Amino acid sequence: MIPMIQNSWKKTAGQRWLMPVLVVAGLGTSFAVPEYALFNKYIQLVMMYVGINIILTVSLNLVNGYMGEFSLAHAGFMSIGAYTAALLTMRVLPVMDHPWLFPLAVMAGGLAAGFFSLLVSVTSFRIRGDYLAIITLAFLMIVKSVIENIDYLGGPRGLPGIRKLTTLPWTYFWVVFSVWVIRNFVYSKYGRGVLAIREDEIASELMTVNTQRVKILTFAVSAFFAGVAGALFAHVLQFISPRVFDIIKTTDILIMVYLGGIASIGGSILGAVLFTVLLELLRPSNTAAILAFLPDVIFNPVNQHFIQHLGVWRMVIMPLLLVLLMLFRPHGIMGLKEFSWFIPRLDLEAGHPAAPEDNIHEPA
Amino acid sequence: MSLLEARGVSHYFGGLCAVDDFNLTLEPGELMGIIGPNGAGKTTIFNLLTGVYRAGKGSIRFGGAELIGKTPHQITAMQISRTFQNIRLFKDLSVLDNVRIAHYSQIAYRPLEAVFHVGRYRREERRIINRSMELLAMLKIDHLATETADNLPYGLQRRLEIARALAVGPELLLLDEPAAGMNPNEIDQLMELIGWIRRQFDLTILLIEHQMKLVMGICERLLVLDFGATLAEGSPHEIQNNPKVLEAYLGEEPVG
Repeated sequence: MIPMIQNSWKKTAGQRWLMPVLVVAGLGTSFAVPEYALFNKYIQLVMMYVGINIILTVSLNLVNGYMGEFSLAHAGFMSIGAYTAALLTMRVLPVMDHPWLFPLAVMAGGLAAGFFSLLVSVTSFRIRGDYLAIITLAFLMIVKSVIENIDYLGGPRGLPGIRKLTTLPWTYFWVVFSVWVIRNFVYSKYGRGVLAIREDEIASELMTVNTQRVKILTFAVSAFFAGVAGALFAHVLQFISPRVFDIIKTTDILIMVYLGGIASIGGSILGAVLFTVLLELLRPSNTAAILAFLPDVIFNPVNQHFIQHLGVWRMVIMPLLLVLLMLFRPHGIMGLKEFSWFIPRLDLEAGHPAAPEDNIHEPA
Repeated sequence: MSLLEARGVSHYFGGLCAVDDFNLTLEPGELMGIIGPNGAGKTTIFNLLTGVYRAGKGSIRFGGAELIGKTPHQITAMQISRTFQNIRLFKDLSVLDNVRIAHYSQIAYRPLEAVFHVGRYRREERRIINRSMELLAMLKIDHLATETADNLPYGLQRRLEIARALAVGPELLLLDEPAAGMNPNEIDQLMELIGWIRRQFDLTILLIEHQMKLVMGICERLLVLDFGATLAEGSPHEIQNNPKVLEAYLGEEPVG
């Protein structure tokens, strides 16, 4: 047994350098881009949105992908995080003098969202499937209407004047942190418990898995990072209102999860990047810019007309892409698969004889 | 002291009495079989013992502790483990992970250690992977460890279910129709396997089975159920010659 493990380890070790290289390269980029104005403000903004969407997607995948539930509450947790953090930076913490307090506010946003996740996880003990979807939808609507009715939070008019504290390096830090934590969670006994619940809840109880505890933890981790993403989002947008965090927001996150692939962190990252960037590219002003880059061959009046009007059709094109995806790859781009260099070595080597043939693996 | 003691256990589904005044005493190390026609309440008894259903009446004591009112994961963590009539593996997961999951209650680390992969995480994971591989090796399916459980042939899925049940570290093992769908040759192998794990893991075994060959071959004591009621209890020989059993279950023909 041992020689085989060694052998396969050598084969996959070839790609393991990718992870640290990517992390360091990303860190460098996140500092260099704003510092040397490598891209204009708009692109920097899109990069931050990509980061926030990665956090949202990976965290929702924990519940909707790994656990196989269908939660619609994610935007609700996001708004709890956003409002908590915004209140802290506006009215409590002296962030102007001490900008290092900002991560504390983000953390608090995450913790607040994590706390409220108990409402959802406790109901999920007895209720699952479509019924849980309806309950999470109700949760989302309750959060929205509660905020709308509290004057201190600005009511339906929202909360303007939030400082722009989210920077590219901070976004990057939280992306790495959330991806790392969720990946660690997935490759632990709790993560295996989550997968077991998706497969067969009663059988997992009978295999000693404390399913209630696993559900509480999973919803808490998922909501925590939704709250973190909300906090970052509030400090980019500088204005939040209950309407920002409605069912449409949840739908966006759902699309990114199912586009990237269920039960795959790599897939979620891919899904978030693709969806965010595609949607931005399809804006009318951007389609015009793309047009300018295209070679003359296809720069004829017909194409010009088509591409210029692509923007109008963005909300048709995206759903259409999704329909096609569901038809041809129902599990999403990387559904139930993971890059081998992304899997902790312990799990990758576990059990092993067969050396992996490529860099894509079934989840452990 | 007896290992398992069920006293006056009754259970109703709505108005239907599924199990009526069920009594059972299991001594440590025993191998007992429950037989009875379809719908007699055999699997319901397993579900009552493991907490899937909560018995409406009676008491079930295991090693002195009351089981009624406990959740299934609490009961299984007390070292009662089972397999299922219709195989219930985690079929999209690997063979190894199926066995790893069953170690859940034996893994000592806490959520924060899991989330940051620090503290006891690495040591515990390594220990459980090794234990799981040992178990798979004992059941001769370790070469399939990374295979998806669903891809295994039927007989090996049954074997994996037993491996998974053993991973819980049971004192008492409940086997629900382990020979279902097996040919005589496979049944012989299974009988050998059950005898072997019983000695190897020092188990008390309670099994449900329709295959008379297996029941008469390895069980030391039998309990016959019919319509939720206990019809007879005794050694295979006594059961075979019990007129009530012959009438209700085995028919007129003698069993060979």
